[in-house]
Amino acid sequence: MASSAHAAHADHAHDHPTGWRRWLLSTNHKDIGTLYLLFALTAGLVGGALSIGMRLELQEPGMQIFSNPQTYNVWVTGHGLIMVFFMVMPALIGGFGNWFVPLMIGAPDMAFPRMNNISFWLTVAAFVMLVLSLFMEGAPGSYGFGGGWTVYPPLATQGHPGPALDFGILSLHLAGAASILGAINFITTILNMRAPGMTLHKMPLFAWAVLVTAFLLLLALPVLAGAITMLLTDRNFGTKFFDPSGGGDPILYQHLFWFFGHPEVYIMILPAFGIVSHIVSTFSRKPVFGYLGMAYAMVAIGVVGFIVWAHHMYTVGMSLRVQAYFVFATMVIAVPTGVKIFSWIATMWGGSLRFTAPMIWAIGFIFLFTVGGVTGVVLANAGVDRAMHDTYYVVAHFHYVLSLGAVFALFAGWYYWFPKMFGYVIPDWIGKLHFWVAFIGSNLLFFPMHFSGLAGMPRRYADYPDAYAGWNLVSSIGSYIFAFGLVIFFYGVIVALVRKEQAADNPWGEGATTLEWTLSSPPPFHQYETLPRISGGDH
Amino acid sequence: MAEAHAKQHDYHLVDPSPWPLIGSISAVVMAIGLIMTMKGLPIAGLKAGPYILGAGLIGILYVMAAWWTDVVKEANQGDHTRVVQLHHRYGMIMFIASEVMFFVAWFWAYFDVSLYPGDAINFARQQATGGVWPPKGVETFDPWHLPLLNTLILLTSGTTVTWAHHAILHDDREGVKQALWLTVGLGVLFTICQVYEYTHAQFGFSENIYGATFFMATGFHGFHVVIGTIFLAVCLYRVYLGHFTPKQHLGFEFAAWYWHFVDVVWLFLFAAIYVWGAGPVAAH
Repeated sequence: MASSAHAAHADHAHDHPTGWRRWLLSTNHKDIGTLYLLFALTAGLVGGALSIGMRLELQEPGMQIFSNPQTYNVWVTGHGLIMVFFMVMPALIGGFGNWFVPLMIGAPDMAFPRMNNISFWLTVAAFVMLVLSLFMEGAPGSYGFGGGWTVYPPLATQGHPGPALDFGILSLHLAGAASILGAINFITTILNMRAPGMTLHKMPLFAWAVLVTAFLLLLALPVLAGAITMLLTDRNFGTKFFDPSGGGDPILYQHLFWFFGHPEVYIMILPAFGIVSHIVSTFSRKPVFGYLGMAYAMVAIGVVGFIVWAHHMYTVGMSLRVQAYFVFATMVIAVPTGVKIFSWIATMWGGSLRFTAPMIWAIGFIFLFTVGGVTGVVLANAGVDRAMHDTYYVVAHFHYVLSLGAVFALFAGWYYWFPKMFGYVIPDWIGKLHFWVAFIGSNLLFFPMHFSGLAGMPRRYADYPDAYAGWNLVSSIGSYIFAFGLVIFFYGVIVALVRKEQAADNPWGEGATTLEWTLSSPPPFHQYETLPRISGGDH
Repeated sequence: MAEAHAKQHDYHLVDPSPWPLIGSISAVVMAIGLIMTMKGLPIAGLKAGPYILGAGLIGILYVMAAWWTDVVKEANQGDHTRVVQLHHRYGMIMFIASEVMFFVAWFWAYFDVSLYPGDAINFARQQATGGVWPPKGVETFDPWHLPLLNTLILLTSGTTVTWAHHAILHDDREGVKQALWLTVGLGVLFTICQVYEYTHAQFGFSENIYGATFFMATGFHGFHVVIGTIFLAVCLYRVYLGHFTPKQHLGFEFAAWYWHFVDVVWLFLFAAIYVWGAGPVAAH
């Protein structure tokens, strides 16, 4: 340890790489976090463009912009996969997780800085594969895979013989490997690298959220890898995993997929929970109400999230007893989720509230996520779901928790942490204007889908009967408004980078108590050369 | 500058490294090559799939070798302080946990059909399997012949790898070499037996669900045996290089953990697929 060779090496490690080496070969959690955010932004624009295409098509009955309805379904599939794997996950976990987990727990970097980088580049590699798949033959005579992000057989085996889906499957393999490595990195970092004195019960809630998320990734993704490997061999080597003619079962795929897929939805929302907790606390100038309950509610959501998967499959012919179990187990999740909603409200109760841009995004999150949560309780009923399954009601539900939940938290985190990450100030009014445009646009976009769905409009069709025309037009207008909000978003970034108004170390005042606000804005290349010490008792 | 920033903690801040980027590029090349091979796709009129696949694979193997060489170098420089070693232990445990979940998928597929070969709701499956497991017409392996031998081989290799561990702890270099040679040999022997068994299978890979679940579950296990054998062989090579001290030998410990994991998966495969799923041949 004390040898001079080692000392020289330690100094070398503190070199500040510049230029292409800094960004391509990075072992710095903040640089990798920035790369993840830029990547998620790029992928989000691609995924968003696909959704605008979908809304242009659905704006009126009849075919509008697609000559082949299969192409519409390819866009649906691409939109889903890109938003889940290449926008929300890289932004919330790869971006904010990388940036702020080490800063919040008082660690100089991640536990495995080099592995951190391969998580990022494998995600890029996976995205390349997915984009390539859009330009490969899928179903005979058309390009891309159009079977939805769930990739169910037999549409995914016999229905798309071309190589498009093979690109998609290997894309998911790469993205999965990247996420598993990232999960190992986060768990190790959080368990081993908290600053002296920071017990788990003193750890910021965002770190708790990422910890639970990482466990979900670690245990759920390998099952998806197995399932899509079976798809790959069924497609290319003639195995019969999902082919009843050889004794296989397409429902098996659905079980394997949703055993991953349900934890996946919590993977996308738990980090958002963490971000919102900090923002609500900061701008209420109060500690989070019921800290321990908040932390263990996330643990409970994570654990129970593994045993509710078949509520996505009520219509496949499961026995009534099995359906009854999944109804019950699913509704149990509403309890810890309710704990979180009420604790956020209780945090604001009696606080000295400041309605800054990040705060109104966070409040927007709480409201809209709750709307998506209660429609989730509706859909959790097997009997009700029999009528709702695969209608736009489901589309409305999961966009309220994702597009208006996870994405609103993403923007909340962006406006909250932008001055810390980049050292410049985004004028508050821009974030607020962006919020109101996005709030109106996204509600106009997704709320009518409840009505279309209740009226029986099915998902994943390029055309529909005239009866559904009205609400679809409203939805399309909403999507254009939401897209215009992104123009305001980029305007805010440009204003910050051009005006270069230097952000204070802690621009949010005494409500912001986590460790990242003790550092400069932006933080030094290597922070905590001397580890911070945390005093005080547990919560 | 360096003086002012001297770090006061035991964590390892790793230097920038080219391997993650090169490894990821190799992974894309390999994936594209694999698809071109499977689909027989030409590029510029040439069926280059296998070559692209091979190039990607070589890239990945090179990156693995170079990356872990760097890790060994850093360990020898003293970068692996106690807390960093703890990181590595956590990392390896969780890697194995994720591997366990990967095998859950294959066991799930197996039990999905073996426990319910003929549910009324699953008419086509009942037609294919005859409503029994193993499916009608499938002649399975006698579990008490080669599979039992393989079980004994793996269990024995578990004891020899423990011998190697104790030899390292007692700084008995010759003992380590003997024990590791034996372990690697047993691993190779297992693989040979498995290949022999595969070539004598009375059922195909692609004709029905039995072959699919059998070959994919035991095949992925066999693949892990090969990885574990290579891992142990690398450790053996490092013993000859003079690596590993009684105090610090994480590389070996992880190979041993991995080997035990492979062993345990085999016990489940043996019990579930070979013995329980044997059907009438088990009576012999």
